[in-house]
Amino acid sequence: MSAALGAHAPRLRLRLRNRGLDGVTLLVVPAVLFILALFIYPFLYGLLLSFEPKEGGALANYIAFFSDPFLYDTIGTTLLIAIPATLLNVVLSVPVAMRVRLMRHQKLLTAILVIPITLGTVLIAEGLLTYLGPRGWVNRVLVDFGITGSPIRLVHNYWGVLLSLVISGFPFTFLLTLSYVTGIDPALEQAGRMLGARSRARFWRIILPLLAPGLAVTTALSFVQAFSVFPSAVLLGAPAGPTRVISIAAYQAAFEAYDYSMASAIAMIMAAVQVIIVVALLAARGLLFRGPASSGKG
Amino acid sequence: MVVRPVGERLWSTCIWVLVGFFVVNLIGMIAAVVVNSFGTRWFTTWLPTGYTTRWYILAWNEFHLPDILLVTIQAVGAVVILSGIIGVPAAYAMARRDFPGKRAVMTLFLLPLLVPPITYGIPMATVLYQAHLAGSMLGVILANLVPTVPFVVLIMIPFIEQIDPRVEAAARVFGARTFRLFTQVLIPLLLPGILAALLLVLVRTIAMFELTFLTAGPTSQTLVVALYYAVFAAGVRPGQSIDAMAVVYMITTLIWLLIALRFVNPTQIVARAKR
Repeated sequence: MSAALGAHAPRLRLRLRNRGLDGVTLLVVPAVLFILALFIYPFLYGLLLSFEPKEGGALANYIAFFSDPFLYDTIGTTLLIAIPATLLNVVLSVPVAMRVRLMRHQKLLTAILVIPITLGTVLIAEGLLTYLGPRGWVNRVLVDFGITGSPIRLVHNYWGVLLSLVISGFPFTFLLTLSYVTGIDPALEQAGRMLGARSRARFWRIILPLLAPGLAVTTALSFVQAFSVFPSAVLLGAPAGPTRVISIAAYQAAFEAYDYSMASAIAMIMAAVQVIIVVALLAARGLLFRGPASSGKG
Repeated sequence: MVVRPVGERLWSTCIWVLVGFFVVNLIGMIAAVVVNSFGTRWFTTWLPTGYTTRWYILAWNEFHLPDILLVTIQAVGAVVILSGIIGVPAAYAMARRDFPGKRAVMTLFLLPLLVPPITYGIPMATVLYQAHLAGSMLGVILANLVPTVPFVVLIMIPFIEQIDPRVEAAARVFGARTFRLFTQVLIPLLLPGILAALLLVLVRTIAMFELTFLTAGPTSQTLVVALYYAVFAAGVRPGQSIDAMAVVYMITTLIWLLIALRFVNPTQIVARAKR
């Protein structure tokens, strides 16, 4: 190290420290490098790769995707599963969360609801195959109580996948909603009650506007989860037909056709659809609920 | 005025019926797997005609369960330790320093938690295969670290913010460098938080299907991936032995969940750290 640099070094170090950069800040570097290398770089690499198809021009993969109904139909198929599942989960979560927040011993219920999230979709698929199958308990109840004449088909079709998304998605949506609902200051609702608002009015005029930002995030997250359904669509659905979701198409391109360029293109389309829906949801939130009511505790 | 409480009570009953219905079906689903794994024959009755444990012996041998369990322990153990080593110092820097670009770094940590694994998993697996890292234990570990490192960072930040900076200043005054500060002051103080974060990582990694599935080779399958292949090839083996394997998987996962729930609130598993 030269003398001139030595004289400058302390001043530089001081300047950096004043901006918040010192030895401690460097501790963040390994984590950042890791995420850059294994998350950001693969994404950019995949994006570039998708424009370098095995044959044809730069857009050949995308043209192939949007001209083959076997491929582009997967978007509609996935939306047809993901949107009802998300709406059902969110619409059921809000009243349940409103009720559970008043409970004193929430932990038992929340602990039970965390079980399906922890077990994961593969186990839920295997469990539902047994439980909803033609010899399973659900059909036994339906037949023995005379609700239906013969067992109804709930697995290896659309309904199996939808039900699996409710079993794994409802607890997720509910716990997120609960964490937002409990974040609303009860004093605000008390004030509404004292001013004579009935419970329905209190919900629509006070709670819901306060909950809306959180609810938009919850809806976005549960939609994204439902849209990327994979194991249960294969195991519990009809992966060749009605539940051929977009992740199956991407997986088959990558690991069955070994066309990584096409697989990357499908993955990018999948990400694009998710981004479009999430942005639309967050924009809708901005349109519907404005004003200072975004944070209950201020 | 008398009508309102009745309506409210009815409404609340409806909600409890709904929750009850969900929980009953959830328990039914799990019980169906457990009962089937012990049943001899189960066709047109409510319960199997007889009970046996031979499906477990079959599953133990046929699915190479000892090997799979060993791989699972190794992969999950490595992910837990590495995500702690990388994540906790990063969380410390994020909690204690205000540096330019901090918001961008925060977004960088949030992204892998918000984007679903199958979406980023396919490009990531492509890169790992081209670097000849996938198809092995190393690939599985690297892939699983992508969501767990940011997860540890986000969980640990509030824990670190709770610690009084004067404690650290005192340690510095007495001449402790960053490494000693960590080993002798911070880690003992942060132990409950680290334990909670790593237990959650453990539970999530055992159940992480997509990333492991995309990067595992034949000798690096974890329990959940092996279970997927077993269900996928259903018909090759008796359904009861697949369910026996599912029970082994459930026990492995739920034991750790029970331990984790002693330290964390269930909502934390989903809601992560609040900002």
